[in-house]
Amino acid sequence: MVTYIVRRLVTAAFILLGASFLVYLLTALSGDPLEELRTSSAPNRQALMDARINLLDLDTPAPLRYFKWLGGAAQCLVPFGNACNLGKNIAGQPITEALGFALVQTLTLVTGATILAILIGISLGIVTALRQYSALDYGVTFMAFLFFSLPIFWVAVLLKEFGAIGFNDFLRNPEIPPVVALGIGAVLGIVGAVVVGGAVRRRLIVGGSVFAAVSLILFYFSLTQWFRNPGLGPVIIAIMGVGIAFGITILVSGLKNRKALQSSLIVVGIGVVAYFAVQPLLNDATGLMIFLLAIATILVGVAVGYFMGGYDRGQSMRAAGLTAFLVGFLVVVDKFMQAWPSYFNNSRVRGRPIATIGAGTPNIQGDFWIMSTDTLTHLVLPTIALILVSLASYTRFTRSSMLEIMNMDYIRTARAKGLSERSVIMGHAFRNALIPIATIVAFDIGALIGGAVITETVFSVRGMGFLFIDGLLHTDPNPVMGVFLCVAITAMVFNLIADLAYSALDPRVRIKA
Amino acid sequence: MSQPTQEEELLAQQALAEAAATHASSEVTSGLSQGQIVRKRFFGHTGALIGLAVFAVIFLLAFTSVGAFGIPGWWKYNHVDVSPLVNDGAPTSSFWPLAWGEHPFGQDRIGLDLFAMTMRGAQQSITVMVLIGAIAGAVGAIVGGLAGYFRGWVEAILMRLTDVIIIIPLLLLAAVVGQIANRRDEGSWLTGFAANNGVVILGIFLGFVSWVGLARLVRGEFLTLREREFVDAARISGASNARIIFKHILPNAVGVLIVNVTLTMSAAILLETALSYLGLGVKAPDTSLGLLVAQNQEAFATRPWLFWFPGLFIILICLSINFIGDGLRDAFDPRQKKFKAKTAIETTRHSSTTAPVADASKGS
Repeated sequence: MVTYIVRRLVTAAFILLGASFLVYLLTALSGDPLEELRTSSAPNRQALMDARINLLDLDTPAPLRYFKWLGGAAQCLVPFGNACNLGKNIAGQPITEALGFALVQTLTLVTGATILAILIGISLGIVTALRQYSALDYGVTFMAFLFFSLPIFWVAVLLKEFGAIGFNDFLRNPEIPPVVALGIGAVLGIVGAVVVGGAVRRRLIVGGSVFAAVSLILFYFSLTQWFRNPGLGPVIIAIMGVGIAFGITILVSGLKNRKALQSSLIVVGIGVVAYFAVQPLLNDATGLMIFLLAIATILVGVAVGYFMGGYDRGQSMRAAGLTAFLVGFLVVVDKFMQAWPSYFNNSRVRGRPIATIGAGTPNIQGDFWIMSTDTLTHLVLPTIALILVSLASYTRFTRSSMLEIMNMDYIRTARAKGLSERSVIMGHAFRNALIPIATIVAFDIGALIGGAVITETVFSVRGMGFLFIDGLLHTDPNPVMGVFLCVAITAMVFNLIADLAYSALDPRVRIKA
Repeated sequence: MSQPTQEEELLAQQALAEAAATHASSEVTSGLSQGQIVRKRFFGHTGALIGLAVFAVIFLLAFTSVGAFGIPGWWKYNHVDVSPLVNDGAPTSSFWPLAWGEHPFGQDRIGLDLFAMTMRGAQQSITVMVLIGAIAGAVGAIVGGLAGYFRGWVEAILMRLTDVIIIIPLLLLAAVVGQIANRRDEGSWLTGFAANNGVVILGIFLGFVSWVGLARLVRGEFLTLREREFVDAARISGASNARIIFKHILPNAVGVLIVNVTLTMSAAILLETALSYLGLGVKAPDTSLGLLVAQNQEAFATRPWLFWFPGLFIILICLSINFIGDGLRDAFDPRQKKFKAKTAIETTRHSSTTAPVADASKGS
């Protein structure tokens, strides 16, 4: 095992050397860094050219320059040496500094989108696999193909037009005409009827109730101008919390396990009480505090599950912990909604909250909630775009993996010995279907850092992709190499993790050391 | 070898499962050659047929309307002709009454005909796509085939080369070679040829960086096939290496190759349009679908048609290629049936004894 890892790492180092040499030469070959200066008419043209030749060391041939660069980069390997030198970009900024900034930007952009895409994609894949050859399956399959074929820059422009400009115009006077409300209700009702499956009668009941509920809620929102002054309040949180408690319990343990259901419901009760208790605390929140509160919430949930016990203590703990987390999430959402009007009327935002470009409103000031809302409103559109284009592969992959598992003999055995369909699917099928998905997820996380070049360009986020493209357009190898190093190293590490995880999860696959 | 060995194992399992399933379904299709079976399955796949038809229409429309290879087309404008604005550039085509009009897709601000530009762009995108598919397929087959058949140091060298290229994210690598392909300064050895055939150069360069995934898949196929009995039999009866490769192994590996070349091509369309959008692919005065979207995205509020039509064509081309690829995969791989529920349930029951196998084509 250790030999295997060491050998993989040594090979990886050599591959990295080869690839970095290749990228350096290709970048240096790709154009003329002095081109814009050659055509300029500035009086000090020659001095500018000399300065740039000096800065980029253009008198040295590219292969030799690579080894100079390598010498600087090798110092990054010395721990705590602080001598890391990846060169400077064309503006004279050290690459290490630029990379640090870009990495933060890229990670804020892609993390949420990837997590959501994985969650939604896997759930859709499982549902379609369970309803193979149904209308839902065909619909989702077609959508997957469509999303797979969407150019992200095209989606992004559409989102900017309708998601930002259109929605902001709507917010100016948030009234939903009754026809539109009924239309949205009807569409969601049809979706509900297709999703729920089963007999026609069941579908009609579900579709009809979704239609009625959605239309009524929209009428209510329109009447109360809810989109201007959104909020949940303790009553709604309690109602939604009970719904969550039942949903989570059905998934985790089944309603038969009364103790699990009771612990989830107790957690919802605690959550509603805590809603009032934490309001003053949340007023001067920080990111760290929210994080600690989230952990505390989960711990409270798990503790409640532990003390309720039941015939399967683990199930109660899991159900209560998950419910606690989701109820806590609702409380935070409510707090964001309370901050919404003041964000909306902020002098920098001026009533147009959904932003089309950038990672934050320039010069905006306010407390934690205002600043976080600002980040979120800037993240909404790129996140939707990224989810749309990466959803398809997860859905397809989970579906085929799940179908394969559902045909296995041990699934038939599990059914034959009388297990409930829930525990067959969640306990036997889903867990095993996750094994191949785990490797895909590891690969994708490894590719995350360099993966959003186009999205960053469209939404003007100055992340890794921007750094790369900008360096390339100026024929400046240093930023290109910096981005490449980060991307390649994470990709290799995560490939290794994927391989190790696979053999750990599936004992049939052995690593030959 | 320090390759992830699980990959080999998975591929081996997959090949075995495939063989088992082919065996199982051969009862239904007895008396037909493999090509006939594949053709029959492919033409039974509705999605693939629709995809094929849509792609054929777009292909003919794009290459005959504005002309290609120096042959003039039947459309009255080309992508650089400026004509007076009709109806302020709005599209003149309509469904009811069905009419084509002077500028069916409208015009841009200075009076260029959008239909001609879109057709030219589709031509360019299809050219790049086909070039990428052909070159990546050929290089991938050669590299993967040699590595998988000869093993030893040939494999070591070729696979390390593949590893070197595969860790550079494709979009980043493509951006670099796209920039090289567009280099137009004096003294460059490409300049003379590239001035007339910019998009061809781009396609060739992109083809030479897109083959790595294919090479790995083909190598996996060769690794399993070379251990089969019929290859041993051929070797014992004195067949040369070339004969074994071309007569015995390649025909059996061609399914994997064709399916994945198709999928590479659908990714290639998006790659080319994305590069052109970023300004690293096809450049003005020539045009491409991605470039059209990039040039016209600011005009969305005033002239939305400039944005809709090029995007629509990107999606149509990519979607049709994806459906064709899906049909081909179903035709070549009997384990994954997605059409005709009844027969599919039959076959999945046959192949239900196989181990869970990661979809090796996912990465392409």
